[in-house]
Amino acid sequence: MRTSEEKKNNRWLGVSALLLALIIWEIAAAVIVRNSFILPSPPDVLIAFIDLLEKGRLLLDFEVSMVHFVIGLGAALVVGIPIGIAMGWSHRFDAFLDPVVEILRPIPPLAWIPFAIIWFGLTAYSAGFVIFIGAIFPIIINTYSGFRGVPRIFVEAGRMLGCTKSRDLIRHVAFPAALPSIAAGIRIATGVGWMCLVAAELFGVSNNGLGMALWFYYDLHQMDCVVVYMLLLGIIGLAFDMIFRYYMDRHFLKWQTGEVA
Amino acid sequence: MGRLVIRDLTQSFKKDSGPELVALDHISLDVDDKEFVCILGPSGCGKTTLLRLIAGLDTARSGSVKLDGEEMRGPSPKIGLVFQEYSLFPWRNVMDNIAFGLEMQKKPRAERYRIAEQYLKLVGLTQFATSYPSELSGGMRQRVAVARALALDPVLLLMDEPFGALDAQTRNMLQKELLEIWEKTRKTIVFITHSVDEAVYLADRIIVLTPRPGRICKIVSIDLPRPRNRTNVEFAQVRRDILDLISSNCSVQ
Repeated sequence: MRTSEEKKNNRWLGVSALLLALIIWEIAAAVIVRNSFILPSPPDVLIAFIDLLEKGRLLLDFEVSMVHFVIGLGAALVVGIPIGIAMGWSHRFDAFLDPVVEILRPIPPLAWIPFAIIWFGLTAYSAGFVIFIGAIFPIIINTYSGFRGVPRIFVEAGRMLGCTKSRDLIRHVAFPAALPSIAAGIRIATGVGWMCLVAAELFGVSNNGLGMALWFYYDLHQMDCVVVYMLLLGIIGLAFDMIFRYYMDRHFLKWQTGEVA
Repeated sequence: MGRLVIRDLTQSFKKDSGPELVALDHISLDVDDKEFVCILGPSGCGKTTLLRLIAGLDTARSGSVKLDGEEMRGPSPKIGLVFQEYSLFPWRNVMDNIAFGLEMQKKPRAERYRIAEQYLKLVGLTQFATSYPSELSGGMRQRVAVARALALDPVLLLMDEPFGALDAQTRNMLQKELLEIWEKTRKTIVFITHSVDEAVYLADRIIVLTPRPGRICKIVSIDLPRPRNRTNVEFAQVRRDILDLISSNCSVQ
């Protein structure tokens, strides 16, 4: 068991590493490189950030990106979880769908961009589609393996207690038992989907968006603004992950605490 | 009522190569209503196979299982099962584990909890209602498992070495508690064990099975009054007789 004292110390260690990274960055930018096009310094980036915020552009970019992301991840959840459940529950369905999934899975999401444009045009849906492709496979795979890993004894205990229909067994026994694995899959999917965002906005589906803006400022050679968007993408991605984990642990996986430290 | 009639129950498993493995060979057995029967045998003799057939979790090659004259095909709410391994749903707290079967019967929430509370009290875990299984000791978990099986008010309670994984002291305590619960609820109990001591302590009758393939070697009635004392001479004598029977592979009748 780690004491709270130790935890506190470890937190300070983390903070000091961040400060150190900032100092190294500043020295590299201001003393060694001395060219804000090649490497903008932390103050340059801060000024650019404030400027972008004042223009009201950042919030708009964030909103547009969220629309793309929600479309993609939402569709991946709605399609991926049922497919994963069906494949994990029924061996026949697994045998039927597995070859298709395994052939499609290694195709990089970005390779779908041409068809995204042809099918959905330059709309939020085509950006969403690329994110969907990136997010759906981790969801399918983890839901599937979660269902495959449900201990037989839980299903038999359920049957003995009058839960005999497949639908009820899935809902009341297998799904809750598989939830830790499904949640892990959604976490991975959130990360992969977020990474696809920049590329998904690259081909001009909208005038705004965090990924779109990053390319826009690159074209203007305003590299300090590019760094602002890079950092924002990182921080927002991290925030999603933390919120999701907190929410799942607190509301759905409370029972796991104590089993795995 | 809870009268169990088993006739010519045979189970065999086919392996990919080699001959068919006979696990149970024409088992016939009558268990009276409210009777406590222990099925005793070494591991691999088909005890669990027999129990799974009674429970309706597996289908027999041939033979029949009848409960109160009704042929059993598949799991039934009239039969409760306590597993050997840890079978509580870890995502449900103690109360919701016990209420699971009632929830499946679509009983209203208030009624489910009222009944669950009653069984929680029966196994003496009232203050653990909102605990999760991972927070309980092995003995407490099996108590909850007993309460969960009883909550649907089955006429027959099957128990598959439920105390096998517990330490000796906890095991003795739970055996005593189980007898008290049995006295109160008057269920028919079929209890599987490989411990002669446990069987002699608990049972009205002990069904001794032979090692593979499982056949009934002998049925021993235990007439000792309860509560039984393990250090008692008669207790020791019965235990010795059964141990002799097992070590001689049932050749002496």
